Amino acid sequence: MLDSKIPVGKLEEKWVDYKGHCKLVNPANKRKLEIIIVGTGLAGASAAAALGELGYKVKAFCFQDSPRRAHSIAAQGGINAAKNYQNDGDSVFRLFYDTVKGGDYRAREANVHRLAEVSVNIIDQCVAQGVPFAREYGGLLNNRSFGGTQVKRTFYAAGQTGQQLLIGAYQALERQVALGNVTMYARHEMLDVVMVEGKARGIIARNLVNGELERYFGHAVLLCTGGYGNVFYLSTNAMGSNVTAAWKAHKKGATFANPCFTQIHPTCIPVSGDHQSKLTLMSESLRNDGRIWVPKQKGDKRKANDIPEEERDYYLERRYPAFGNLVPRDVASRAAKERCDAGYGVGTTGQAVYLDFKYNLINKYGKTEAGKLGIENPDLETLMRLGKEVVKEEYGNLFDMYEKITGENPYEVPMRIYPAVHYTMGGLWVDYELMTNIKGLYCLGEANFSDHGANRLGASALMQGLADGYFVVPYTIGNYLADEIATKPIPITHEAFEQTEKAVADRINTLMNIKGKQTVESFHKRLGKIIWEYCGMSRNEAGLKHAIAEVQALKKEFWSDVKIPGGIKEMNPELDKAGRVADFIELGELMCKDALDRNESCGGHFREESQTEEGEAKRDDENYAYVAAWEYKGESDWVLHKEQLNFEIAKPTQRSYK
Amino acid sequence: MEHYNMNLTLKVWRQKNASDSGRFETYPVKNISSEMSFLEMIDVLNEELIKEGKDPIAFDHDCREGICGACSMYINGRPHGPWQANTTCQLHMRAYKDGDTIVVEPWRANAFPVVKDLVVDRSAFDRIIQAGGYISVNTGNAVDANAIAINKDNADAAFAAAACIGCGACVAACKNSSALLFVSAKVSHLALLPQGGPERKTRAMNMVAQMDKEGFGACTNTGACEAVCPKEISIENIARLNREYMMAGVISDK
Repeated sequence: MLDSKIPVGKLEEKWVDYKGHCKLVNPANKRKLEIIIVGTGLAGASAAAALGELGYKVKAFCFQDSPRRAHSIAAQGGINAAKNYQNDGDSVFRLFYDTVKGGDYRAREANVHRLAEVSVNIIDQCVAQGVPFAREYGGLLNNRSFGGTQVKRTFYAAGQTGQQLLIGAYQALERQVALGNVTMYARHEMLDVVMVEGKARGIIARNLVNGELERYFGHAVLLCTGGYGNVFYLSTNAMGSNVTAAWKAHKKGATFANPCFTQIHPTCIPVSGDHQSKLTLMSESLRNDGRIWVPKQKGDKRKANDIPEEERDYYLERRYPAFGNLVPRDVASRAAKERCDAGYGVGTTGQAVYLDFKYNLINKYGKTEAGKLGIENPDLETLMRLGKEVVKEEYGNLFDMYEKITGENPYEVPMRIYPAVHYTMGGLWVDYELMTNIKGLYCLGEANFSDHGANRLGASALMQGLADGYFVVPYTIGNYLADEIATKPIPITHEAFEQTEKAVADRINTLMNIKGKQTVESFHKRLGKIIWEYCGMSRNEAGLKHAIAEVQALKKEFWSDVKIPGGIKEMNPELDKAGRVADFIELGELMCKDALDRNESCGGHFREESQTEEGEAKRDDENYAYVAAWEYKGESDWVLHKEQLNFEIAKPTQRSYK
Repeated sequence: MEHYNMNLTLKVWRQKNASDSGRFETYPVKNISSEMSFLEMIDVLNEELIKEGKDPIAFDHDCREGICGACSMYINGRPHGPWQANTTCQLHMRAYKDGDTIVVEPWRANAFPVVKDLVVDRSAFDRIIQAGGYISVNTGNAVDANAIAINKDNADAAFAAAACIGCGACVAACKNSSALLFVSAKVSHLALLPQGGPERKTRAMNMVAQMDKEGFGACTNTGACEAVCPKEISIENIARLNREYMMAGVISDK
């Protein structure tokens, strides 16, 4: 059932060969072909722009009021590319290898190698669009380091890289709108895929301003709808981020791959109370300059600055001397949890560790700047002041954000941080061409499963989103559409549209007519607690079985007691949210099922039953070197399909960052 | 940081849809923690309203970390509330004390019609970008990123202008509902970079023309826009836009 369509040949020649031999659509025919793109983050906006430029007729949809607000905008630290501008030994191969290893050998080699190859084109394209990346005084581009690598290959724009890249893609998209190649539908939410003779041929979308259901035809449909981290309720995702589009496709037959592979990011602002609606990330790039520590003494209540150097445990530097504070995210998160669970956590809740900038403020930046200015024997105050100026330029917006949220000044006292849900590596299964197992239905960016295995390295999400949109799908979609040039647009009066719209309308009516007592938000919070507790940073068989039963019970309760105010034919954010939470509940069950099936630890998926003596994740390549692709069969009923992963170049070894 | 709880009175603009005339409603809110964000306080109120069988307050919000530009509340007469360089979602309740009354309105501007309650239609901004807020470069024909060296000061100034989040606070704060800070930020971002050079003249002309067409007012250099901008976009960008616009008008080589 699952044909990954990986081209034959040498790893480094597959993509070149593919591009040389895939089918093409001539410009006159492109104008007759319509493509629907759902989501306008980095993947969606870049795909819409690139396909519009090629001459296809594109319809793009987003639920926000403008495509510029998609959640890619919040990415902070940077974007990787194998440019080797730093002359520090980087190459396409190293980026490929780091990504496969960082993903704990659960990603496809061919996809990852292609990603590394096109990474260099992304930076060129973005600079040409006017993306203001950080530069050196000589006028050339600057780089920083990220976790899981030993080179500096991350391009950035202060702590706002996602914003600048998305604005670049958004502007390219708006240019195509102006040229008439793309029609933009903002404040629209896709609620189902329309299938005609086994192929995806359109969508049903709800206009979120007036509540009307609308039908749209496309020769192909691209889902670029992001990740499903909000299944945990609290995450670094935007409030509107949801799984609905992908989940509807899943229920129409698209398999969902590795749903239990979720990324818990080590450096986020800790939870402060029950009122909390979301968590805020503090970029991984801060680990370039911040050192993570907890007191050596359990339950030490002194203020951070009162704890002397020798009484601090820099546990990442202690446990992982080779990578230190720059170990991959999954490793850093588990290490923080281990310290807090053992009673060394800080802050009022004890669920936090320190991220401290003082050492590098003084020693790295302060001394360098003093040296530049020719100040001999600078005093501590001077070093702090000079260091602060540099740090402000690198991360000023993040420091300001931290202070607004916590009321503490991170230049003076260390940040308190704790891991939080950030990214989902799982997603719709796609083949090498980014097509799901439904013909004509593609999935790009975070919404698909393809490139990050069981753990994504920092600064690789932006890279994948733009790679898929600018440089992969413009080629692979032609290979499909070349055979569709004779297909006339299907009128939206076709019975498939009729029936699909009716099913969507029925579901909305059912939801509105429950008229129960509990709010949508309260169900979402309860779901989040179950998933975080049993399918979060650490998982075990008993817990997962318990969680599945709890989620099933929650689902029954939701469908008999949810209370949704207002009406259907109007702007009704509670109704929008209810549909999304209903889908999250179903997904939550599948995540636990997948986590239960995968009785090994790998990357972000940590099964307590499978660990080394030192408490590190222990993979089981013999039994689990596969992609778990789940086919939906009916309520609480899925069939597992396995795509075996073959590693010809990056041979799996126990991942070590020591 | 010490935290405390407070009781507040909210006066919120309620408007069912674009054609409704709208009115203020008064709501007491109790036991609000100083650690909550402003939007979390609205969440608490909305949960209460739903339980009482009333319609919750509609408002735009998404990232809740000050970068998407969706949130847009006019709080006690100031876009995004009392803090400097801040968005509504990043405003925290420690800005208030027990017993305070807070008035919350939508952005008010002809070019931003109210959709519902505190939600307005800002699609005019997208159309201004469509008029020229981009560099016309198709995917795939870029040269190596380091082929063009860019003087760091210009790159930094372009970045500062590009930090605009398109929230519309500048328009809401302006007595003339002018969008000139928004337009000038985009024109400056692209004019400061060599890549933006070839389209400088048409960009400035076309974006300003579209801004006028959308019904935004004229700029009278009051500076309210700069004072409330969550990303501290400088009014110097307006001066730069004026120069760009003048140059485009004077040297027309078409």
